[in-house]
Amino acid sequence: MATQERPQQGSSSREGKAEEESTSATGSGTAEQKEELDTDVDAILDEIDDLLEENAEEFVRGFVQKGGQ
Amino acid sequence: MSVRRIMGIETEYGISVPGKPHVNAMLASSQIVNAYAAEELGERRSRARWDYDEESPLRDARGFDQSRADADPTQLTDEDLGLANVILTNGARLYVDHAHPEYSTPEVTSPFDAMLWDKAGERIMARAAALASSIPGGFPLQVYKNNTDNKGASYGTHENYLLSRTTKFTDIVLALTPFFVSRQVITGSGRVGISQDGSRPGFQLTQRADFFEVEVGLETTIKRPIINTRDEPHADPELYRRLHVIVGDANLSETATYLKMGTTALVLSALEAGIVEPGLMPLHPVAALHGVSHDPELGYRIELRDGRRLTAVQLQWEFLERAAKHVNDEQGMNADDQTRDVLQRWSDVLTALESDPMSLADQLDWVAKKSLLDGYRRRDDLQWGSARLELVDLQYSDVNPDKGLAIRLAERGRLRRLTTDDQVRAAMTTPPEDTRAWFRGECIRRFGDEIAAASWDSVIFDLPERSALQRVPTLDPFRGTKQHVGDLLDQTATAAELVHTLTAGG
Repeated sequence: MATQERPQQGSSSREGKAEEESTSATGSGTAEQKEELDTDVDAILDEIDDLLEENAEEFVRGFVQKGGQ
Repeated sequence: MSVRRIMGIETEYGISVPGKPHVNAMLASSQIVNAYAAEELGERRSRARWDYDEESPLRDARGFDQSRADADPTQLTDEDLGLANVILTNGARLYVDHAHPEYSTPEVTSPFDAMLWDKAGERIMARAAALASSIPGGFPLQVYKNNTDNKGASYGTHENYLLSRTTKFTDIVLALTPFFVSRQVITGSGRVGISQDGSRPGFQLTQRADFFEVEVGLETTIKRPIINTRDEPHADPELYRRLHVIVGDANLSETATYLKMGTTALVLSALEAGIVEPGLMPLHPVAALHGVSHDPELGYRIELRDGRRLTAVQLQWEFLERAAKHVNDEQGMNADDQTRDVLQRWSDVLTALESDPMSLADQLDWVAKKSLLDGYRRRDDLQWGSARLELVDLQYSDVNPDKGLAIRLAERGRLRRLTTDDQVRAAMTTPPEDTRAWFRGECIRRFGDEIAAASWDSVIFDLPERSALQRVPTLDPFRGTKQHVGDLLDQTATAAELVHTLTAGG
């Protein structure tokens, strides 16, 4: 079976984004680029905020499993 | 030399009843399995049990008590709990193991198919949890595709690969130990917390590394070994051995699962061809496994027998270069598409890990997870050890499509898909066509109410006109394919006719 890569929205801009990250990581990026990336991640976090279980502390404390293999 | 061979993935899922931490985990897991079996297979088909003892005479199989399957999931007694164990029409096994719901993919022949039927299992678990939660008098159940509760317990995701019996076990240890130690940079799912109980604040590449304490052994639940020696091939033991890999993480990322299976299959092919480099063996494998996992900056250096000190990424390049050379020497441009695709993606990922690991946030689980966690640490000024970060780690693996963070990221195009929704949906009910799983799954679909039990290497029929159970062995994983028995099944109206034809034809 041949592997299929489903086209994804935004994947075409991915490479450009990777370059930005790369340059900012080496210290030559501008503050604007860093800010742009943070804004991008913040947009994801905003979505996730609404999904996360309420009362994180109680929830993770209550997640107790029996050992398996 | 190819990525193609018989393989499969078994995953024990985490299970939780929010607000009711003391609910019996075996009961809850049984409810999940039984709820799905009841809906998907119907009352009568859900009685098909797992055949644990393929060597027993037919009469022994009578030990399965068929009336138990008729019990409503909520009425299960303790005795019934151990029996929540069904075979699905896709050839997979869905059951309760060690107080966890477990899904074993059907046998497949390629990394892509292993990933596809593993994804189908994820969706099956989500559906099963939703069904179990809606049983009157039931409770809301949540299922997680992860490997630790971060309090000291771990549960496994095991890969299985069939390999030639002639492969020496000592060579398996030499070839695979350095590979497993280093592949964590690709296959890790990320974890908040260091040490078995996660008590040391920090982030590490894998869920599982801290639970491994020895280099080689038979155990899977205590003193876990990097190389597991369990060897039930579920096939002709004269021809095959099974490599049971217990050191991997459960992956949500399709790329991670695909590369995990594909790169391991390539290393096994090289091994079968006699390519073993003893010099790549780490001097201290367990310490190296932990060291690599504990350093998300990827700078940890593994001391090798040949005197070199390589990073995990550099060690992966050693394996990739040998595999690529071997494929090229043997097949040149005639290598199959998937083999070339795995080699290309492996190379791309290693290149990105060297230049800018965070650019893989849309491909690898540990990077996707770390990207979210870093975002929270920056935006909300959170420290490692904060409950909110632990929650992000946990909820990343929630299989509920409305809540699971990895699934949400994939929906948003932020975690790349290799499959389509249609492919995954089909794999939930349809077996792979090119292994014996096709015969198993199709028998369940067509003649489910006349099947008493099944296993990897048998299907056992209970025919009204026969006093003894009729066992059809399926010891060869390459037989029972659609090509092999498709016409036969299509021309057969009843289970009795099928059994008659199969036994008459030898």
